[in-house]
Amino acid sequence: MADAVATDTRTRSEPGFFRRNKLAIAPWIFLIPALIFFAIYVVIPIFESLWLSLYQWNGLYDADGNSTAVWVGFDNYVRLWSDPNFWTSLRNNIAWLVLYMLAVPAGLFIALFLNQTVTGMRFYKSMFFFPFVISQVVVGLIFGWFYNPDFGVVGTVWKAIFCEETTNILGNTTFRCERPVPDILSSEQWATYGIIAAGLWPQIAYCMILYLTGLNNVAADQIEAARLDGAKGWKMLWYVVVPQLKPATFIAVVVTVIGALRSFDMIAIMTQGGPFGSTNVLSHYMFEVAISEYGERYGYGSSIATVLFGIMLIFISYFLWRMYQDEKGGR
Amino acid sequence: MFPRPIEKSGPAAKAAYQAFLPVALILWLLPLLAIFLTSIRSAADINSGNVFGWPSEFALIENYAAVFTQSAAAQYMLNSVLITVPSVVISVALACLAGYALAIYRFRVALPLFFLFVAGNFIPFQILMVPVRDMSVQTGLYDTIAGQFLFHAAFQTGFCTLFMRNFIKALPFDLVESARIEGVAEWRIFWYVVLPLVRPAIAALAVLIFTFVWNDFFWANVLTQGESAKPITAGVRALNGQFVNNWHLVSAASLLAAIPPVVCFFLMQRHFIAGLTLGAVK
Repeated sequence: MADAVATDTRTRSEPGFFRRNKLAIAPWIFLIPALIFFAIYVVIPIFESLWLSLYQWNGLYDADGNSTAVWVGFDNYVRLWSDPNFWTSLRNNIAWLVLYMLAVPAGLFIALFLNQTVTGMRFYKSMFFFPFVISQVVVGLIFGWFYNPDFGVVGTVWKAIFCEETTNILGNTTFRCERPVPDILSSEQWATYGIIAAGLWPQIAYCMILYLTGLNNVAADQIEAARLDGAKGWKMLWYVVVPQLKPATFIAVVVTVIGALRSFDMIAIMTQGGPFGSTNVLSHYMFEVAISEYGERYGYGSSIATVLFGIMLIFISYFLWRMYQDEKGGR
Repeated sequence: MFPRPIEKSGPAAKAAYQAFLPVALILWLLPLLAIFLTSIRSAADINSGNVFGWPSEFALIENYAAVFTQSAAAQYMLNSVLITVPSVVISVALACLAGYALAIYRFRVALPLFFLFVAGNFIPFQILMVPVRDMSVQTGLYDTIAGQFLFHAAFQTGFCTLFMRNFIKALPFDLVESARIEGVAEWRIFWYVVLPLVRPAIAALAVLIFTFVWNDFFWANVLTQGESAKPITAGVRALNGQFVNNWHLVSAASLLAAIPPVVCFFLMQRHFIAGLTLGAVK
C-alpha cells in the first residue's frame, strides 16, 4: 500500500529535469557569465601568448585575413639567451624583488609606531596610507621631480649642504659644488635603485595598513600574560606578536612579490627603461619590444612575457598551495 | 595591545609622541607636499628657480584652469570615468554571481575553478598583452572606451570573485539551507537572502576596483593611441611631454589625476581598508 502511494505521487507530479538536478545545474548558471568573460580575456590569451612565442610575427594580416606569423620554434628563446638587454632586465627584476621586500618590515614598524589611541590617530593612519591610493604614474612623476638635480628636492638639499652660491655681475646665480649634484635617474648605476625607492613609498603604506589591521586583532590576553612573564620590547615583538601576525605577513609578502614583478608604470614614467636599458625590467622590456617604433615584434615579445609568466608561476603555485592547505583545514 | 599604550608611560612621553606625529607625517608626505606647493606656484617662480622655497604668489586657480584650457585634460578625465564606472559595475555583478556559485554549492570543480580566478588575478599583464591587443584590433575595440572597460571588467572579475566567494562562505549556511527547505527557488535565495547580506562586500569591491582601474596605465598604453579614448593616467604622461619645464602645470595635472581615487578613499575609508586587508586576520 505504501509503495502504491509513493509511485502514485511520483507519476502525479514528476518533477522536470531541471527541477530534479537543480543543485547540479544552478551553480553553472551563476558561473557562466563570469567564466566566459574570464576565459576570453584572461585564460585563452595566456595560451595564445605561449603559442605565439614560437612564432615570428609583426602583428599584420595578409589580404585574406590570415596572420603572417612564421613558425620559428624555439628561436625566440635562443635569441633571448644572447640578448644582453634581457639579462639586464632579469637582474633588475631580482633587484626589485629583493629590495621591495623591505616594504614588509618597514610597514610593520610604521604600523607599530602608529598603533596608539591618542586623539586624531585615525587621521594620521589614513594620511600615512595616502601614497597607496595615488596612481603609480603620479608617484613616478612626483619622484622624477623629487630627484631632479636642478630644481628637485634632492638637488636643493644637496646644494644647501655641498655647494656655495655665487652671484656674478650680471645677477646670474651659479653654484660651485664640492661634489657634483647627483642625477640619480640619469645614472646607469643608481637609476634602478632610485625607482625602487620611489616604488617602496606606496608599498610600505600598503604593508602598514595590513599590519595595523593585524595588530588590532592580536590576542590581548597573550600579550598581558607575556608581560607578566617579563617579556618586553624586541623579545615580545619577535616571540609573541610577530607569530600572531602571520596571516598579515603572508598577504604582505604576496602583494609585495606581485607588485615587484609587475612594476611597469614607474619605469615607463621615470626613465622608460633608460639610460641605455639599465633600468629595464622584463615587464617593460617586453612592452618595448612588442610595441616599438621599429615595428612590432609580437613573437619575441611573447617569449619575454612567457619567461616572466614562468617566474610568476613559481610564486603563484606556492600561494595557491598555501590557500589549499587553509581550505582543507577550514572545512 | 602592543606596543604598550603611550598613556601608561606618563604625560611627558605622551606629549612627546603627539608632538612627533605631525613631524613624522610631514616627512612621510614630503614628496606630495612639495609637488602640491609646486602646483600652486606661478610660472615666474619656476623660471627664477624658486621651486623649493615659499611661493612668491599663489596661482592655484590659474594653474589648474590652465591645465584644462591648454590641454585635453577634461577629455581624459571624462574618458577615465567612462572606463572606470562600467568596469566596476560589470566585474562586481559577475563576481556576485560567480562567488555565490563557488561558495554555496558543493561540486567537484568548485575549488579548481576558484583557484583559476585567484591565479588569473596574479599573472603578469604582459602575458595577455599581445592576444588582447590583437583581438581588440580585429573586433574594432582598439582605441575605444568599450575595449578598455571590457578588458578591465574581465580581469578584475578574478579578484572580485576571490573576495565575494570568501565573503559568502563566511555567512551562516543555515540561511540558505532553511530557505531551500521552504522551497525557495535558487535564484530567489541569491537575490533575497544572500545579496542583501553581501552589501558591505559590494561597497568594498566597488571602491577598490574603482581605484585599481582608475590608476591603470599599462592597458591605456596597449589599447589606445589617440586622445579620444585615453584615460587621465596616460593623459598625464602626454601632458608631461607637452608642458616640458612647466613643472607647475605638470604637477597640477598629476594631482588632478589623483583626486578621484583619493576622494573615493576618504569617503569610503572603512570599506576600502576592509577590502584591502581581507585575509590579513584570521
